[in-house]
Amino acid sequence: MLKLPIYLDNNATTPMDPRVLEAMTPYFLEHYGNAASRNHPFGWEAEEAVDYAREQVAKLIGADPKEIIFTSGATEGDNLGIKGVYEMYASKGNHIITATTEHKAVLDTCKHIEKIGGDVTYLQVNSEGLIDLKELEAAIKPTTILIAIMYANNEIGVVMPMKEISAIARKHGVLLFTDGTQAVGKIPVDVNKDGIDLMAFTAHKMYGPKGVGALYVRRKNPRVKVTAQMDGGGHERGMRSGTLNVPGIVGFGKACELCMLDMEEDTKRISKMRDHLETELLKLEEAYVNGSREHRLPHVANISFKHVEGEGLLMGFNKNIALSSGSACTSASLEPSYVLKALGLGDDLAHSSLRFGLGRFTTDEQIEYTIKAISETVLKLREMSPLWEMYKEGIDLSTIEWAAH
Amino acid sequence: MAYSEKVIDHYQNPKNVGTLDKSAKNVGTGLVGAPECGDVMRLQIEVDDATGMITDAKFKTFGCGSAIASSSLATEWLKGKSVDDALKIDNMDIVEELNLPPVKIHCSVLAEDAIKAAINDYRVKNGMEALKFEESVVH
Repeated sequence: MLKLPIYLDNNATTPMDPRVLEAMTPYFLEHYGNAASRNHPFGWEAEEAVDYAREQVAKLIGADPKEIIFTSGATEGDNLGIKGVYEMYASKGNHIITATTEHKAVLDTCKHIEKIGGDVTYLQVNSEGLIDLKELEAAIKPTTILIAIMYANNEIGVVMPMKEISAIARKHGVLLFTDGTQAVGKIPVDVNKDGIDLMAFTAHKMYGPKGVGALYVRRKNPRVKVTAQMDGGGHERGMRSGTLNVPGIVGFGKACELCMLDMEEDTKRISKMRDHLETELLKLEEAYVNGSREHRLPHVANISFKHVEGEGLLMGFNKNIALSSGSACTSASLEPSYVLKALGLGDDLAHSSLRFGLGRFTTDEQIEYTIKAISETVLKLREMSPLWEMYKEGIDLSTIEWAAH
Repeated sequence: MAYSEKVIDHYQNPKNVGTLDKSAKNVGTGLVGAPECGDVMRLQIEVDDATGMITDAKFKTFGCGSAIASSSLATEWLKGKSVDDALKIDNMDIVEELNLPPVKIHCSVLAEDAIKAAINDYRVKNGMEALKFEESVVH
């Protein structure tokens, strides 16, 4: 049975797994204690639940529970990880290396650091969305304290070569931070095998609740420390003050456990659907996949349909299919996705892109419906597109002098 | 952001999509916008030389739903109008009719520009001087 509307925006957020909600409920109603209350059973229960969740979270990424700092989400983790290292290691240097396709939570944090006297290098990516390892190594200076490169990209799903990146970081004694938001729970991430020193991630991208996340901070080889960004009661070993979100943390733990259990099977099923979706949509003329297809998350596809505009395209089916577009017609900026532009895509192709994020609850029927709806809308809009007509007449669109707009 | 019913209706059932013979003397073509900006409109008018009336209008648009609706509406309004009256179509009339939100006002501006460009193309083809227009305020 086909279930509408279809949710294919799992890179933005995932629905909660009912098993996660079930685990959380008692911590709202019965075990509502503050995990920091040391003098009564309510506090003890809460603390015990947090400890258990910390183990579940740590296990998913191959970490020690003591290395998990609970946060409000990945944005906080990005801020705490990067600013925290910048402040803690100020005596060693002030240089950070990142990439142009990072999430805004990393880029804007780096910009903030530049404003307060830091030095940041933004690496370009190639047309596949990958950084050049030689460029990375060449960018390291005596003052470099941190490399901040995301594990997998939120718009194109491209997975960075973490092991190679960490080898370079280690060789030069530089710490490695990664934004693992899109990767953790979807593909195997192991902080030791991958050589990661700090990693931010969040529950709501892996079928857990919104408003809770974690920062992994390595404790051994090397022992890493971050300066707290919020002052208060000294929770989370002094790195993140604030009463713990116990139900959220319990849900996060459960979500991590489920991801670990289901990952192999989920990946097999979801990647098959993704590949089918992609193969069918690429049968349309002038349709292109953005970013590396080889080094990519199994549930993501970013496709440009030349000569139709993304938002106009979405309108053809967004009552029934939830998707996101790289076109910025919805925002006031009118600037299309900076990630797609960083791949070297022209603005026209960036404006013509759709991002598909499949998930645990996506079905084959939904994918069939999506293929049909999108193909039909693309064809209909191309009949309406002056650019498509010109393309069909053999006119090179780049030779036209467009009126400035 | 939700679209108005009128925008949705024009998007689903666009009026006057198509192409007129751009080499014909009594056809004026306006092509405005740029692919880089995410919208390109081509609007064409066919004029009865004897009466100066617009007998047909067609459009093709690359853009969001509001851009498609703005150009579809413009062609509807153009048909049966004199060229002089067509010049009086103001982008704010389109905004009002389609209930466009502020971020979509540029779509209506583009439609107004396309009308003016089509009329100028027609005028130049027929030995008249191109009209000068003030720069559009909103882009």
